[in-house]
Amino acid sequence: MNTSATALGAGPTVVMRRPALVLAGLLSAISAMLMGSMLAIWLDFRSSAPLRESPDGSKMLRDWLPENIKIPEVATNTMMMTFVITCVMAQWAVYSLRRNDSKHASLALGVVFLTEIALVNAQLAVYSQMGIGVRDGGYMTMFYAITATMLLIIIVCMGFTLLALFRSMAGRAGDRDLISAHALYCYSVSAIFAAMWLVVYVQK
Amino acid sequence: MTAIDASPSATSSSSSSEPIATRSTLLGTIAAYLTASDHKRIGRLLISVSAIFAIGTAIEGAVLGVERISPSSSIVDAGIIVQLFSALRFDLIFSVAAPLMLGLAVAVVPMQVGARALAFARAAMFGFYLWLFGVVLVGSSYLNNGGPGGGDAEMVDLFFAGLGLVISGLLLISASVATTVLASRRAGMTLIETPIFSWSALVASVSMLLTLPVLAGALIYVAVDHAYERATFGATEGVNAWIGWALTSPQIFIVAIPTLGVLAQIVATMTRGKQPLRVGLFVGVGLMSTAVIGAVTQSSHTVNFSGSASDILKSLIPYLFFNDLSILGVLVVLGLCLLALKSEKAKLNAAFVPAFLGVGMVFTGMVGNAVNKIVNLKLANTVFEEGVLVYVCYGVVLSGIGAVAHFGPRIWGREIASAPVIGLGLLGFLATVLASLPYFIAGFADQPASVANGFDYSGPIWLWNSLVAVGHALMALVILLFFALAAKSFRSGTISTATSAELFESVNG
Repeated sequence: MNTSATALGAGPTVVMRRPALVLAGLLSAISAMLMGSMLAIWLDFRSSAPLRESPDGSKMLRDWLPENIKIPEVATNTMMMTFVITCVMAQWAVYSLRRNDSKHASLALGVVFLTEIALVNAQLAVYSQMGIGVRDGGYMTMFYAITATMLLIIIVCMGFTLLALFRSMAGRAGDRDLISAHALYCYSVSAIFAAMWLVVYVQK
Repeated sequence: MTAIDASPSATSSSSSSEPIATRSTLLGTIAAYLTASDHKRIGRLLISVSAIFAIGTAIEGAVLGVERISPSSSIVDAGIIVQLFSALRFDLIFSVAAPLMLGLAVAVVPMQVGARALAFARAAMFGFYLWLFGVVLVGSSYLNNGGPGGGDAEMVDLFFAGLGLVISGLLLISASVATTVLASRRAGMTLIETPIFSWSALVASVSMLLTLPVLAGALIYVAVDHAYERATFGATEGVNAWIGWALTSPQIFIVAIPTLGVLAQIVATMTRGKQPLRVGLFVGVGLMSTAVIGAVTQSSHTVNFSGSASDILKSLIPYLFFNDLSILGVLVVLGLCLLALKSEKAKLNAAFVPAFLGVGMVFTGMVGNAVNKIVNLKLANTVFEEGVLVYVCYGVVLSGIGAVAHFGPRIWGREIASAPVIGLGLLGFLATVLASLPYFIAGFADQPASVANGFDYSGPIWLWNSLVAVGHALMALVILLFFALAAKSFRSGTISTATSAELFESVNG
């Protein structure tokens, strides 16, 4: 008598494709292409600007940034550093949720939201300190267009953070896909800001 | 997070083939459509509204053709004519071709990849409303002299706002389609096993996600400049210089990518899923997406055959890369489809006629674009380029007719008559050729682009422009007749009796 039994074959592997993470990736691509195109036009205008002598007469400069405009570098550099903190906090939220620690995840997301408020505040401070009008010339118009678009991207990121925060606070500890997606978007926005910071605020 | 919206309405309507209209009151149906999260309903809305816009766009084309019959006299006011030229381009791409193809993708892709529903369906529905509202705003601005080059500054601002909404809407829908293919496929289905239409929808969606933000970036600069300074970006007159690239080739090739998927899917059904070199189809569709590179660089890559050999080579390589690589993609798909039909015993499918002719028209338009970029032929700023645009966009419409005839029974639950589809496909082919080919000829005779009066050249001006007017009018009639046929068939036609095997073959072939 045959007493052996044939075991049932294993079922198909369950594929966890994480739609929120995929969507965040696509959203990052959209944001990058948007800012990339604006930076490309910015660089095009800057490279086409006529040459002028530097104030000390030692070199020739592109007549792009008007001489009377001073970019407040403390505020803009602080923004760059704040983005680093935002990324660390967003990753802390992912780390906490992996360990089912929703309290720390919520705390981390709360800090992310605060850093984003600080970013918006810093951008408004930059506008205030520069004291330029959008109608004052080509540079000013383009400056406001590109920085306001960056501000809009940060505000979209804030909305994402709020969504993740509410769900985390409501006890959706299993929502790792969303928290990872949020972190991915934070990294992307940081990278996009870094590119804009380098071109607009550092290279000017 | 609710990534997949599986509302009760979605699941019930997906599982039932009974048409919605017979199950509920008219008011209930309207309410259901207004708040839909079911992919079929969102897809139906996009397809239907873009079909209505297609009729209006074809009439616009006919009016412009009539206006150009006699360059010495004008029927329409000169200011309106300038706006009509711009409106025709905008409508062909953003009111007709892009939403039609995305609508088909929204309706069909979840069924093909075995998803319960469209990923982020409510975002897609919101995208539909943004797109619709944007098209209405853009239309209003055109009617009030507010398009690019328009005289009413406030209406030009309205145009920018409308175009921004259209871009946002199309981006949301594209993101939803792409996420469905990438993240909502049934377990075990790899990307290479994805049905070819879904693959083409993914490629087209991602291509739009990469190119439309570039348009948005330029639009923001132009809009801010127009609202405040009106100098840096050339005010109203400069609008076309900055955003005009999105209303011409190679951007238009991106919206035509799903036409390859439609044809390959129909051929797969006809050959019962037997397709030699199936991977080649994927490569062909992917090659067509190289148009993205040409679009985002926003520059025209021409070739000049005069000068030294090294000069020719310098311009020839980028010319081939930016203009002809996407043509190779269409050729690959067409060749493989014909090879499959030759090697397998094919079962006749009425939808094949408009789908095949549609891809043929897209291919002709793309070849025309390549010819247009040869400097020695001196076709720049002639109506030749308008012929390219019409060839591609009407090719997309023809392909859309084929797709609705093929996928319609799965989307609406009822069969559509075969003979009228073949007849309308052939008539649509004639209309497309009439609306475009004369401008290929008139382009060689130097008929200027976007000008209705005051031009002259040796040749029958009245004949070419009359034929174009007739072609557009005929296309309006074809779309109207197909719309009526589809509405009748899907409301009261024979209930689709396709077995699950046939359904699988038809949709997943």
